[in-house]
Amino acid sequence: MSPENIGKAFQRWLDGDVNFLEHMTDTAHVPDSQREELKAGRRQLQHEIRHRGSHRLLRAEEAGFRIVYNAVAVISCIVLIGVLLFIVSRLPRYGVENPRTLTVVERYVEKGLQETGAVNIVAGMILDYRAFDTLGESHVLFTALVCVTILLRRDRKNMDSTLEDYYTIRRDRYYDTSRDGLIRRIAVVLLPCILVYGIYILLNGQNSPGGGFSGGAVLGAGLILFVASFGFDAADRFFTQKVFSVISFVSLAFYSFAKGYVFFTGANGMENHIPKGTPGAILSGGLILPLDIAVGMVVACTMFGFYSLFKRGSIGKD
Amino acid sequence: MTDVLKIMLLVLLVVCAVSVNLTRNLLAAVVIFMAFSSMTCIIWILIESPDLAITEAAVGAGISGTLFLMTLKKLHAEDTGETQADLPGTPGTPDSEDAHEP
Repeated sequence: MSPENIGKAFQRWLDGDVNFLEHMTDTAHVPDSQREELKAGRRQLQHEIRHRGSHRLLRAEEAGFRIVYNAVAVISCIVLIGVLLFIVSRLPRYGVENPRTLTVVERYVEKGLQETGAVNIVAGMILDYRAFDTLGESHVLFTALVCVTILLRRDRKNMDSTLEDYYTIRRDRYYDTSRDGLIRRIAVVLLPCILVYGIYILLNGQNSPGGGFSGGAVLGAGLILFVASFGFDAADRFFTQKVFSVISFVSLAFYSFAKGYVFFTGANGMENHIPKGTPGAILSGGLILPLDIAVGMVVACTMFGFYSLFKRGSIGKD
Repeated sequence: MTDVLKIMLLVLLVVCAVSVNLTRNLLAAVVIFMAFSSMTCIIWILIESPDLAITEAAVGAGISGTLFLMTLKKLHAEDTGETQADLPGTPGTPDSEDAHEP
């Protein structure tokens, strides 16, 4: 390879569209007559690789490796169990008041309702006192989805070959659950209940158990059931790549700015102008309800996005 | 009564956790994992954390199980010696019905 070529390859790599194994894996440019030959060659290679393993030396090495591997696995399991049991034995007993953590608990239980306006003190904790943690959690979920997209997204650029993709599509269609009448009929009955329950958990998070993450997860599960029973064509009508981007961005940005405002005013001893409302009403708890909705939207979109990327390699139509 | 239920569930949790590791069938492992999550969900309710129970039911028993199943399908792990050519509708050449695909 000449320096020029290396420079060109580097430039292409910077541009993001280089596939170093292009000439080895891409069969799209090969004419039909040679394709069979290519496949036969690949099979031959796989056969050879598989049968090299039966060589005596390699076999002995493999056996030795297996012994070491098993020993290390057993030892690390025992050590881990020992450490965990040791820590559990030092924990305070279940239900007994522990003087070391009492001050924080006392503050949460006694002043929580007054300070956050949430009847469900858990929601008050995770979206008011500890809102920063939840912000990080939502971003972790979003980052996970970005990573899955990088790994699993299938478009023209990162398909192995058109032929292989053709097989995948045929295969997916053969195993498609949305053709199944039974699943469809059960989904018709279950879906409204699941979606309404999800929205209830989401909107009532400050008054009853639940909140952003659980509500979003239930909604996401409902969406997955919807897609599994009615196919991606039905979902594409309202959930496209763009809708996903807009919802995720707006939710995360809203969370960051709203909570940034509260942190800023709180840290500087200023008064924030967010009304707390009557405890117990739907519109209460100050920022907890909008934050619940934001977190729920991100979680629902992420769960659905995971399923969609696993199933067909894209979140929605572009 | 609740104590009996709790002890039963905890014992079953251990049984599930061990059998996930021992089973050779990946599909069975996923199903056992989902059963494990469902039992954890009931335990959360018994120790009065309904918030966690809802999340566990939706994420542990529902979504992660589904994602595991999808992964098994992607890896063709549940295939029983079936090759691509044996599948209906996957000949070497595209037929006219789906000519727009490749």
